[in-house]
Amino acid sequence: MGIEIKQLSKTFNTQRALYPLDLTIPDGELTVLLGPSGSGKTTLLRAIGGLELPEGGTIVINGVDVTYLTPGEREIGFVFQNYALFQHMTVFENIAFGLKIKKRQYRPGKKEMKNRVLSLIKRVQLEGLEDRFPSQLSGGQCQRVALARALAIEPKVLLLDEPFAALDTKVRHELRRWIRKLHQELNLTTILVTHDQEEAMEIADKIIIMNEGKVQQIGTPLEVYQEPTNPFVFRFLGRTNIIHRLEKKAFVRSHDIELHKEKSDTACLEAVIHQARTIGSMIRAELIRADVPEFIEAEFSYDYFHSLNLRPNDKVFVSFKKVKYF
Amino acid sequence: MNKSILIRSLLIAITILFLTLFLILPLFTVFYEAFKRGTDVYFAAITDPETFSAIRLTLVTTAIVLPLNLAFGLCAAWAITRYRFRGKNIFITLIDLPFAVSPVISGLIFILLLGAGGLMEPLFQKWDIQIIYALPGIVLATLFVTFPYIPRELIPALQQSGEDEELAAQTLGARSWQIFFRITIPKIKWALLYALILCNARAIGEFGAVSVVSGHIRGETNTMPLHIEILYNEYQFSAAFAVSSLLTILAMITLLVKSLIEKINLGERIHGN
Ligand SMILES: Nc1ncnc2c1ncn2[C@@H]1O[C@H](COP(=O)(O)OP(=O)(O)OP(=O)(O)O)[C@@H](O)[C@H]1O
Ligand SMILES: [Mg+2]
Repeated sequence: MGIEIKQLSKTFNTQRALYPLDLTIPDGELTVLLGPSGSGKTTLLRAIGGLELPEGGTIVINGVDVTYLTPGEREIGFVFQNYALFQHMTVFENIAFGLKIKKRQYRPGKKEMKNRVLSLIKRVQLEGLEDRFPSQLSGGQCQRVALARALAIEPKVLLLDEPFAALDTKVRHELRRWIRKLHQELNLTTILVTHDQEEAMEIADKIIIMNEGKVQQIGTPLEVYQEPTNPFVFRFLGRTNIIHRLEKKAFVRSHDIELHKEKSDTACLEAVIHQARTIGSMIRAELIRADVPEFIEAEFSYDYFHSLNLRPNDKVFVSFKKVKYF
Repeated sequence: MNKSILIRSLLIAITILFLTLFLILPLFTVFYEAFKRGTDVYFAAITDPETFSAIRLTLVTTAIVLPLNLAFGLCAAWAITRYRFRGKNIFITLIDLPFAVSPVISGLIFILLLGAGGLMEPLFQKWDIQIIYALPGIVLATLFVTFPYIPRELIPALQQSGEDEELAAQTLGARSWQIFFRITIPKIKWALLYALILCNARAIGEFGAVSVVSGHIRGETNTMPLHIEILYNEYQFSAAFAVSSLLTILAMITLLVKSLIEKINLGERIHGN
């Protein structure tokens, strides 16, 4: 089950937003769509939600071909980046909306509706704010109303477009953990869009990395980080040095660099410490190669760097803990 | 005396003088002239059968024009703000056409189109429908000159509110009419009401275009403004001003409602509702 996407593509006027892509999103997992701005994440999410008509291809959700169904018929919950709350309705009315507009034979009774909405309000921790209007809420509270509103219709699939983008770091971290927990409790198939790789790593069961309308790699956070299959993915997931050696390009992460005072078989690249800055518990240093004018950016633990007792302009020999060639 | 205070006093004085001369004095004159020969004459004038018929025709015309304009206006504003189509900019410009051309010309267009020898005359003759010099012609002319008010107000309101809330409602399973009545209308209700009031005021007061298509048949095709002109031309000044005073009262009620709406609207926005 889950979501099956086949040869889905989309073009806006002349702008290709999605090249034909195949994708399987497993049932009950939290999948993150990760990619830089303009890579087609939103377009893909909106196509799955039925808000964007694809140019070609099919979308099957839990065995039902939904390609030509309206958003309302797809049994999805969609949370917009800017929340899109109904400004003229209270928190309670916002959450109840999806139930109130149901055809009479499916609509719950007044009392049941009230109970369901109140239990959702409790679930998203907004007790006491039922009668507020969206303009009287903080960003994080709005986001939770939007989530509760989407959950009220008991969707099979939850689609979230950059749900934390407009929030400050602290609230963002809280909500991340909270969504992760909610996802586990409800056992929904969830797709979350973000351009923040740290967020993706922290929250995802599986990450789909996109660039320029194409899927670059799919895998667990560990897989995509440890075994990137192309240079784009490697560079996108962490601070990266590209070191030119013997006509080849070596991809090295900043934290996979070690320094030595003596030359050896593994540490044969000579460099000079250009500058070193302390950032919290770590040191970020810039080295300049002795042979060619190339910068190397390296990250060390505070203790490691100080145990070497180095000064700016000191000569060092560099070794790499891990190198990747493409 | 300080120079800036002098300028300030001068500007205020000019404004007040202008308002008095051009707005308050005429307003006063209307009521003064209307009641100059006593309340008996006044009430005789406004209960006269011909006046009565003019009032009825104006009200009937307005009652037909307003809902039609509401429907057309909503459609036009919706299409322009929510869909992309070829020739949209030309369409937007055309909406303003009735504002740009003289009402007399608007009336003439209908005469040339629908009147004797007009392009579409044979069609109506076949079914024996009288358009020009009858209620349909008056309605059409009024419709034409008042059409822009509603889309002109609604287009910015719809643009400003965006379509995110409508999309959200769609994902929650709302059908089109539910989205329209539960999301769109509440969002633009003040703009809509405001537009209706302006449209209503213009429909009641329209003179030029209606004058051309009406034919001035007494007791039949005279609207209130036309009736006033006839009374005036026949030197029945008190009667003319009496009927005028009715139109003036309507206008003042309109202004009152309009400012009331603006106040409520502002209050709601401040209280975040
Ligand atoms: N309605 C539209 N009309 C025209 N082009 C569009 C439209 N929506 C998206 N695009 C284009 O399609 C491409 C993909 O856009 P999309 O919004 O899916 O990117 P994204 O990955 O969500 O980016 P971001 O992280 O900035 O939200 C972009 O080049 C964008 O300019
Ligand atoms: Mg996006």
